[in-house]
Amino acid sequence: LKKRRNVVNLGPINLAEGKPMARLALIGTRVRDRRLLLGIKQSDLARDAGISPAYLNLIEHNRRRIGPDLGAKLAGLLEVEPAALTEGAEGALFDMLREASAGVEPGIAPEIDLIEEFVGRYPGWAGLLAARQRQIVQLSRSIEGLSERMAQDPFLATALHEVLTVITSVRSTSAILTETEDIEPEWQMRFLRNIHDDSLRLTTASAGLAAYLDQTRAPETGLASPQEEVEAWLEAEDYHFAGLERSGAVNLEGVLQGAADLVSAAGRELALDHLRTYQGDVQALPLAALLPALGAYGANPVALAKALGRPMPLIFRRLASLPPDHLPAGLGLVGCDGAGTLTFRRAAAGFLLPRFGAACSLWPLYEALVMPGTPIRRIIETVGRGAGARFAVYAWCDRDYPGGFDGPAVSRAWMLIVPLASAGDDSLRALEPRLVGASCRICPKADCVARREPSILT
Amino acid sequence: MDMNARVLLIEDEANIAEAMRFILTRDGWAVDTHGDGATAMKKLRETRPDVLVLDVMLPGKSGYEVLDDVRADHEFAALPVLVLTARGQEAERHSALARGASLFMTKPFSNAEMLENLRQLAGA
Repeated sequence: LKKRRNVVNLGPINLAEGKPMARLALIGTRVRDRRLLLGIKQSDLARDAGISPAYLNLIEHNRRRIGPDLGAKLAGLLEVEPAALTEGAEGALFDMLREASAGVEPGIAPEIDLIEEFVGRYPGWAGLLAARQRQIVQLSRSIEGLSERMAQDPFLATALHEVLTVITSVRSTSAILTETEDIEPEWQMRFLRNIHDDSLRLTTASAGLAAYLDQTRAPETGLASPQEEVEAWLEAEDYHFAGLERSGAVNLEGVLQGAADLVSAAGRELALDHLRTYQGDVQALPLAALLPALGAYGANPVALAKALGRPMPLIFRRLASLPPDHLPAGLGLVGCDGAGTLTFRRAAAGFLLPRFGAACSLWPLYEALVMPGTPIRRIIETVGRGAGARFAVYAWCDRDYPGGFDGPAVSRAWMLIVPLASAGDDSLRALEPRLVGASCRICPKADCVARREPSILT
Repeated sequence: MDMNARVLLIEDEANIAEAMRFILTRDGWAVDTHGDGATAMKKLRETRPDVLVLDVMLPGKSGYEVLDDVRADHEFAALPVLVLTARGQEAERHSALARGASLFMTKPFSNAEMLENLRQLAGA
C-alpha cells in the first residue's frame, strides 16, 4: 500500500487495554470508509493484514469483532497514527480539538496556536472537549444512517401502517364482543369472522415485517436490503468473476455458492441478474480484446469505445469488472434506472455514494438520464466528507422499448467515475469542475441551486 | 347520546367501519360510512352530519386533502372533524390540527375513547 501522510482520526477505537474493541458497529464501517477514501482494494488490505478478503468483508460490515492485534495492524495499513486509535492519547486529543475548532459557530475564533498550552494547562477540560467532539461525530454518523433509512423506507412505513390498522380493527371488535352483553347472535358471528380474517391478515403483515427487520442489522451496520447484500457480495468478489471470463457454459447458481452476504432470496435473484449481464458483457467484449486496448488508451472510455467499436455502457461495465491487477486505480461505476434509483454501485476511491435513496441531482448521471444516447463528460469535485477530490466522469443513458411501439420506455443510465490522476485523457483538465455531493441530506453545500431537501449536517 | 346526532365515518377499512358503526349506533348515533376519499365531499353533502370522522390513509384522496376541501367549503367550515391516523408523531398531529382538524386520534384506539371524543365534539 502506498504511504500517505494525510492522517484521519477514525474515532474511539479502544486498543489501549488489549480488550476486544468496543463499538463494533462503528469500527467496521470506519475501516471500510477509510479504505475507500484511500482507494485501497479490499483484497489488498486483507492480504496485507494477513486475513482473507471474505473475513475483512465481514469485519467491514460489522459482522465480526476485531481483536486488538488485528485492529492495530489495520490501523497501520490505513495510515492512522496509533495514537489516534487510542482513547485519551495526546495525538488523538489534538486531532479532536482541531476538528472541534473547525466546526464552530461564526464569530467564535478558537486560539488554534494555543492548543498545546491549553492541553498542558487544562488536561481535564481538553479531554472533555475532545470527548464531546468525538460524541458529536459518532452521533452525526448514526443520525445520517437512521434519517436516511426512515426517510427513504416506504416498505417499513407501509408495513407498520398495515399492522396498526389491523390491530385497531381487532381491538374495537374484540371490545364489542367482550363488553356488549346483549349482542345479537348474528352480530356475534359476524364480528368473530372479522377477527378471524384480521388475524390472518395480521399474521401475513407481521411475518413480512419480521422478515424485513430480520434482514436489517443494527442501524449502522448495513445489509438492510437485497441491493446492499449484492453490493457487499460484489465488493467481496472485487466485482470480478474469473470463472465467467472463460468461454463455455457456466452454472450461475454455482457461482453464488458460499456467498455469505446473499442472505435473502431477493438478494440472490438480483445477484443472478448481475451475473447474466456480466456473462453477456463478456461475450460482447472478452478480456482478450479489452486488455490490449486498455494498454493503448488507458482508462479513457471514449477512446476505448471508438477503438473497439463497442457501446459506451458495455465499456463502462467491463472497465468496472476488470481483474484487480488490471483495474485503473480508484475507478468506480454507478448505474440507475429511469426513476434515478441507483441500481449498481461500485464506489470510486474518495467518492462517497449515498447509502439510501436518491443521489445528488448534479451528478452527470442524471444529465445523461434526460438525454439518452448523448455522451456526457465532466470533471467533478466532491463536497462534504472527502471534499476536494476531483474525478473525470463519463455518463451515458440507453432508452429501450421492450414492449414495442405502444410499450413504455425503459431507461438505464451509467456513470463511470475515474480519479483525475488515473484518467487517460488530458483534454479533460481544461474543463471547469462541477461541485457535487453524495445526497442532499448529508451534503453541507449551503447555496446549492439543486437542493432537494435540507441537510441534516447544517 | 342525543338520538338526532349524525356522524359520517370516512374509513376504507371495512372491519373498522363495521365495528365503529356498531358501537356508535348502540350509543344512539345515526351512522353513515364511506370508504373513498375522492367522493367523500359528495357523501358529506348528502348526509350533512353533525360530526365527521376522517381517516388519513384513504384511496382516491388522502384524509388531509379531504379536510382541506371540507374547510374550504363555507357550509362545513365549522363542522367538527375527528382525524384518525396510524401515525402518531407530533408532526402529524400538528399538521392535522393546522389544517383544521378539531381532534386527532391515533390508531389503535379504544371504543370508549372514540365515543367520549365524539360526544365532546357533538356537544353532548
